[in-house]
Amino acid sequence: MEIINDYGIVLALLGAVLVALVPGMASAKAVSMGGVAGAGIITENPSLFGKVLILQLLPGTQGIYGLLIAFITLSQIGVLGGSGDISFVKGILYLAACMPMIIVGYTSCIRQSKASIASMGVVAKKPDQFGKAMIFPAMVETYAILALLISLLAVNGVGGINI
Amino acid sequence: MALLQMQRIYIYALNKDRKQILDFLQGQGVVEVRTMLKEDSIFHKTDFTAKKHEVEINIETAKEALDILNVHLDEKQSLLSMLNGRKEIPFEVYQCFHEEYQSIVNIAKRIIKLEKMIAENKAEILKLQTQIEILKPWLKLDIPLDFKGTKHTSGFIGAFPKPWTLEEIYEKKALYMPLDVEIVSSTKEQTCIFVMCTNENRDKVFEKLRDLDFSLPSISIDKSPAEEYNLLEHGVEEAQTEINNAIEEIKSYDKDREKLLFLTDYDTMRIDKYEAMGNLLQSKNVFILTGFIPKKDGETVKNLLTSKFELAVELTEPKKKDEVPILYKNNGFSEPLEDIVSSYSPPGKGEMDPTMVMSLFYYALFGLMLSDAGYGFVLALICSIGLIKFGKTIKRPLKNTLKMYLYCGIATMFWGVLFSSYFGDIFDVVGQTFFGATKLPVIPPVWFFPVEKPMLMLSFSMLIGVIHLLAGLAMNGYQMAKRKDYKGIIYDVVFWYVLLISCVILLLSLEMVQNILNIYVNLPEFVVDICSILAVVSAVGIILTNGRESKNPFKRILKGLYALYGISGYLSDVLSYSRLLALGLATGVIGSVINQMAAMTAGGPLGPFIFTIIVIFGHALNLAINFLGAYVHTNRLQYVEFFGKFYEGGGKLFKPFGVNTKYYKIKESRNYGDN
Repeated sequence: MEIINDYGIVLALLGAVLVALVPGMASAKAVSMGGVAGAGIITENPSLFGKVLILQLLPGTQGIYGLLIAFITLSQIGVLGGSGDISFVKGILYLAACMPMIIVGYTSCIRQSKASIASMGVVAKKPDQFGKAMIFPAMVETYAILALLISLLAVNGVGGINI
Repeated sequence: MALLQMQRIYIYALNKDRKQILDFLQGQGVVEVRTMLKEDSIFHKTDFTAKKHEVEINIETAKEALDILNVHLDEKQSLLSMLNGRKEIPFEVYQCFHEEYQSIVNIAKRIIKLEKMIAENKAEILKLQTQIEILKPWLKLDIPLDFKGTKHTSGFIGAFPKPWTLEEIYEKKALYMPLDVEIVSSTKEQTCIFVMCTNENRDKVFEKLRDLDFSLPSISIDKSPAEEYNLLEHGVEEAQTEINNAIEEIKSYDKDREKLLFLTDYDTMRIDKYEAMGNLLQSKNVFILTGFIPKKDGETVKNLLTSKFELAVELTEPKKKDEVPILYKNNGFSEPLEDIVSSYSPPGKGEMDPTMVMSLFYYALFGLMLSDAGYGFVLALICSIGLIKFGKTIKRPLKNTLKMYLYCGIATMFWGVLFSSYFGDIFDVVGQTFFGATKLPVIPPVWFFPVEKPMLMLSFSMLIGVIHLLAGLAMNGYQMAKRKDYKGIIYDVVFWYVLLISCVILLLSLEMVQNILNIYVNLPEFVVDICSILAVVSAVGIILTNGRESKNPFKRILKGLYALYGISGYLSDVLSYSRLLALGLATGVIGSVINQMAAMTAGGPLGPFIFTIIVIFGHALNLAINFLGAYVHTNRLQYVEFFGKFYEGGGKLFKPFGVNTKYYKIKESRNYGDN
């Protein structure tokens, strides 16, 4: 059991690394998809740059949420200084706590990017409808925020459990 | 929280005054021209599309000419130039402009023509240079390239694809002597030769040459290559001078840039005028202009018009079926948010303007999401500098945006101080790394650290959500009261209020919820009982009444049940406010990450320097990203959660017939929308 407990920190770190890695990867992909679509619009109408840029950046937040959870996890498990004494069970708990952000972060990001690109189409044709167009991708982000919330509360909560 | 009242205006006037009256109305900028009367046998509308189109072409020409000027003169348009606003010019300049109008259009056309000439000459140069390239191998030849021979001899000029020496060629041709071969030039790719033979050997020599892949030159000229070369060079020079001259001429038109800019403005005004004229009803001597005017301006304009011209003006209240245009009227605090409301949709028929109520929440929600005193300060500082420096010249939409972010920045500072977030935890980090501070935090929060008590922050976010939603519901009630639908208020607002509030109290009394939220309230038993009864009563009330538009009682109950199911919608709405916590934490935590990274580099002599650079760049990036997030999600909470409760929109903004110029502001002209 003692030896197994040595691996607790490994699992916890795995969670922290994945939660920075997976949503970050998805955000990079999503923002690049938006960039490709946006660049096309800019060639036609350069004055739309500001609006298109906002739409492009919307799916970029998942990567930041991932970073946020990763950072909180790292500081909780003592990788950033402090003791790294994490039991095996706790390690698994940390990994599980990161899961919502890892999975929802990835999927919502790609979906949001699609909504963003569709909204860019709206802005290209009707620049004055930007307010409405922006809401469609923002609706998708809600679920990333909910996942962030649960991951955040869970990581915080696991720290207080004595196992 | 209001919209300006509108009136219908009818102006009956003589055709001879038409231009002056329209100019006057355009300068006033208070009338939106709409057709309200039908055409009949005497009064007709006139079609001005053709004239409008003509003017549009002129605008395009001027814009193209200006673009060309900018390209050749390296005119740099900085981002700040949009803050400089429009120059003011007196009305007389506008009136006299038609005298030089045609000459300015001609200048624009001339500039475009010159640009075309430049392009043509550039193409010409390219063509000549290709010919020069082809000619280069033949330069040593002193006879024309199309030389075929003399009376008794035949000459062949051409090239072999590979390098050849003179001996090799003579070897191959030994049979057909007498023969003269001259190598004009020889490179790796080809050998250019001139062959001369007697006439009787001509065909055989040619055949032999063909066998060796001999090819004739691709150009045929009757001059010697050197002569031709000089001619071509000369041609290139000529084209180049022409280009230079054209560029010089274009540059000389720089002095007319202002006039070209004014031309676009002038023609924009003319287009507006033609559009207004297209809506006029005209007979032989009389025309009728109809439209909407804000009530407060109605009498003034009427008096001004009657004092200046011979006409009749009639002001009446709008009819019920009229789609009255929307013109906001808000105080300075709420006014900046009018654009946010408009980008959702201006208030529809019979709806109130939600801007005032929205502004109470908008700034607060934005501040909670950004929630850093440092960032709030930066934001407020930038906006106030912009407002002080350019406040007088910039157009109203931009000014409103700056004002809006100024208030947002102030709200952000407020929340930042409450939660003690100053550029993340910059004071703690700087104190620890450079001054060895031990007492942490350096500045304790006025309220609490959201990172340490996320559940408290979550409850607070949801509490704000509940208040926001209830305010939305109250607005619905207010609108019903205005429509005198008092039953509706009880059914759709009061029942829901009772149900929602009693449900919240009941939830809070549950031990499980108390444990989750870490809020312990000891409610007396009877309060809980009363709440349960109230909840049941209001739920039954909702089931019975919310389907009241159906006559069929069975259908009515079903619809009522479905309406009660809407309570799940309220649940998700409230949960949606958890983004206040998430986004607020994101700002703070990422700010701290930046500070920590900077602190890692702080050792060594260059430490403080690198520390400062990392802090500045890191926080600038964090501010930009979280600013975007706060803006988008504040809008979302307003549009989806808040407006969802009472607001539909669908109105049209007031677009007065006025001076919609881009570069110049004509003195003594007013315009709603950009004072």
